[in-house]
Amino acid sequence: METILSIKPLLAVLASLLAVPLILGTGNRPNVREFWSILAGVLKFSIVMSMAPAILSGHTIEYTLVSGFYQGIDIKFRVDAFGLLFATVSSFLWIVTTCYSIGYMRAGKEHAQTRYYSCFAVSLSATMGVAFSANLVTLFVFYEILSLATVPLVGHKETPEAIEGAKKYFLYLLGMSKTFLLSGIIIVYMVAGTTDFQRHGLLSNQPGSWLLFVGFFLFLFGFAKGAVMPFHNWLPSAMVAPTPVSALLHAVAVVKVGVFSILRVVFNVYGIDLMSRINLGFAAAYVVSFTIITASIIALTKDNLKARLAYSTVSQLSYVILGAVLLTPSGMVGGIIHIANHAFSKITLFFCAGSLYCSAHKTEISQLSGIGKRMPWTMAAFFIASLSMIGVPPAAGFTTKWFLALGSIEAHSVPILMVLLVSTVLNAAYFLPITYKAFFEKDKDAAAVAHAGDEPHEDIREIKMVVVPLVLTATISLLIGIFPDYFLSLAKEVIR
Amino acid sequence: MMNSLNFPILSMITYLPLAGILVICMIDSKRLQLIRWVAFGTAVVTFLVSLPLYFMFDNGTWEMQFVEDVPWVSQFAIHYHMGIDGISLLLVLLTTFLTALAILSTWTAVTERVKGYMVSLLFLETGMIGVFCALDFVLFYVFWEVMLIPMYFIIGIWGGPRRIYAAVKFFIYTMSGSVLMLVAILVLYFMHFKATGTYTFDILDYYNLGLPGNIQMWLFLAFFVAFAIKVPMFPFHTWLPDAHVEAPTAGSVILAGVLLKMGIYGFLRFCLPIFPQATINFVPIVLALSVVGIIYGAMVSIAQDDIKKLVAYSSVSHLGYCMLGMFALNTDGLKGSMIQMINHGLSTGALFLIVGMLYERRHTRLISEYGGIMKVMPAFAALFLLVALSSMGVPGLNGFVGELLILIGAFKSSLGYGLVATIGLILGAVYLLWMYKRVMYGQITKAENQGLKDMTGREYAYLLPIVLFIVWIGVYPKPFLKTMDASVDHLLEMVNPQTTAHLDGAKPSWLNNVFARVDLQQVAKGQGR
Repeated sequence: METILSIKPLLAVLASLLAVPLILGTGNRPNVREFWSILAGVLKFSIVMSMAPAILSGHTIEYTLVSGFYQGIDIKFRVDAFGLLFATVSSFLWIVTTCYSIGYMRAGKEHAQTRYYSCFAVSLSATMGVAFSANLVTLFVFYEILSLATVPLVGHKETPEAIEGAKKYFLYLLGMSKTFLLSGIIIVYMVAGTTDFQRHGLLSNQPGSWLLFVGFFLFLFGFAKGAVMPFHNWLPSAMVAPTPVSALLHAVAVVKVGVFSILRVVFNVYGIDLMSRINLGFAAAYVVSFTIITASIIALTKDNLKARLAYSTVSQLSYVILGAVLLTPSGMVGGIIHIANHAFSKITLFFCAGSLYCSAHKTEISQLSGIGKRMPWTMAAFFIASLSMIGVPPAAGFTTKWFLALGSIEAHSVPILMVLLVSTVLNAAYFLPITYKAFFEKDKDAAAVAHAGDEPHEDIREIKMVVVPLVLTATISLLIGIFPDYFLSLAKEVIR
Repeated sequence: MMNSLNFPILSMITYLPLAGILVICMIDSKRLQLIRWVAFGTAVVTFLVSLPLYFMFDNGTWEMQFVEDVPWVSQFAIHYHMGIDGISLLLVLLTTFLTALAILSTWTAVTERVKGYMVSLLFLETGMIGVFCALDFVLFYVFWEVMLIPMYFIIGIWGGPRRIYAAVKFFIYTMSGSVLMLVAILVLYFMHFKATGTYTFDILDYYNLGLPGNIQMWLFLAFFVAFAIKVPMFPFHTWLPDAHVEAPTAGSVILAGVLLKMGIYGFLRFCLPIFPQATINFVPIVLALSVVGIIYGAMVSIAQDDIKKLVAYSSVSHLGYCMLGMFALNTDGLKGSMIQMINHGLSTGALFLIVGMLYERRHTRLISEYGGIMKVMPAFAALFLLVALSSMGVPGLNGFVGELLILIGAFKSSLGYGLVATIGLILGAVYLLWMYKRVMYGQITKAENQGLKDMTGREYAYLLPIVLFIVWIGVYPKPFLKTMDASVDHLLEMVNPQTTAHLDGAKPSWLNNVFARVDLQQVAKGQGR
């Protein structure tokens, strides 16, 4: 294993940042403007993928941006398997989401699209920054930039409701990170004299103490983007954002940055040794298990489709954390690959919700009766993605569930296994009725209208720019279920 | 001493503004534009002349540099002793930098009695630089008092409607602190004679005096009140909002940017090294007051409906962080406190300039009179946001660096205070962003706001340099932090051996130094166990 010095991580971060002036400069020519977004996305994805061979063969790539920010603290990038996995997922899905956004935003004739695309680009840069951070301080810097850059996206509609959502979003994320997270980082710095991530954990040789025990929960709750209860409330409120924002940010970038960072702390700061020595693994596992079950139950009660998806996200994010804190090889692999699996499936679900809104102006689940016949592609994709969420083979989610279940058995923890089973049932209970409604129930309104002898219904047609991306992501979430090699080998590289 | 030029550069920087005043006095008071340009030119030249201080500064030593020392009043052993070290260097530069920008900001804000105004500002600059450079008690006191007079006039003549009240309050508060300090200086003077048989006013001579504990306590208290008023620390802060709100923009910028730093500087220069024993005894009280100040200042800021008052109260909170970092009494905290002084000077200075820009356009500072300004002044909105983010300590900007170091220091010294202080960080975000939202976002509800012009070239000229440093310190603080290393370590050595000596007087002093350092690290590690 050797360390390669390369500027590639910085380039990957900058690729979308440099697109911002171009986007702003061509704001009055939408086609050119969107071209820059897509170009930057492709460029970013290629840079990320070009690092894959080196990482897969066990190397790490480093680049120091500012050395000696303070004693023991550099602003530095370090690419390892875990960071690469996250970067691959988010940079790929950015391209897909940009295509989807073009369809969605134009169909809805949304305002301030230039601001939208430029904030999106900044968010992606920050996400890359988090993925490639070499220490907690660098991670914190990009984490906060991500919070800032996504506020205008959440409040995009500028209605009082949207402003309120954005405010809540910002206060939760900033408040938690400023109090809990910063305290946690300082505790780590105090104990270790540095905050650099290390392969088997920066603190792994430290004796256990109550301070480190408490410190871990400062991280768990401080990374509020991970939406661990009781600090999950910002996520449902942030659903006022336009759907592509919810899709990318609240299925991939923002929330995954939260869980990614928590996992970073588990693997590379605390280290598995220390975690198990001070019984942090179990303590954390029960906290997140509570989140998994409670969020699923709340999801059952929601009729608004995006709200249901939001709570499902809260629940699924905790799967990732649960896998990691089981501290067994299979559990950790399950947690890590769920970052990718959940990303592809959940983004599909959000895309479907957006498609329903764009084409048919439906936002509530109870309005969906019979919609499957008019929007077959959308609802088929929705079905595949929900199978993945539930964990039905061969969809991607099955791989996760398999490894998580194995992990909990390895950890000799029957309660955790029960949590997994119960949550699977709950997942099925809140996802399957939607598909059933869409395909097998009759649209009562339409029937009534048809009876009166008028035109059958107002024209509901799927929008190509919207449907192609969601079919693509649905297909991928099937494919990575059948061929999980790339993500699995990265995950195994992480825990090696 | 090291790198002393054969040239009295500190005196030159200090008295250059006076030369400018002479020139201005000779100009006909009706030629406003010429007066302004001369004043601005003087300030810029002063800034340029002060730059070599940074480049020729030797980071490797804690000793005073660029020293000038000549007898002044020999029968009382008063010397004209000037010099700077890592503690004062950046403050001198901050002073010359901010004064130039503050003068540039007055072009259209002050149109009456311009001559007097410019004279006052330049005179103030002399006083401020003098305070940071003086190494003789009497000289220090002279500059300290000199500074008061022009500030009194700036608030009292060019201020807002309640200017007389504010000016008198400012004067009385500061004056009562100074008197206490004067008494303490005289007591020290005689104590020194008693102990050594020689009279001296040289500040450095007092550093290793080893005064008895109870006397240290009383003298510390006298200095403490003087400096705590200046900082201002809770509960001595009540003059500050009045003075800030009534002062004209340039006055507020200098008041917040430099004058408040003198309190902190006073602690660093006098209280810590001269009264180490008392310092350590007072740590719990000072930490508690700082934390109360942080939270209280932030809470009161949230409740303000006047933008300028909000920024003024935010200073109470920010300076609370500086005090917290300093009295954590470790390297990280002290450095954080010192860099935070510079940060606060830049960020809050810039905020006052921004409030000034709004005020010049609309002649009101009530938040409710604004709203939707972003639509008419987009460039202003962007810079305002950046400065607000810097003030609340967003990573990548200067405020974060200071906050991080202060919190590291605070956590090392006391976990509890550290945790409480982090709550202040959220409150900081709340009042700044809420204010920003109410002023800049939303629809334009007042017709008067419809036609506001975006920033002018001159406004860019005085805001952008500050923004440059805000980003620079945020991204790459090393050039600033490295100037402090030696002085901070030395200061800590002076404070800490005394504790160990107190606990275990038998060890030789050099050993104490070694142990003091080890102890500090043990404290840090011990917290971790």
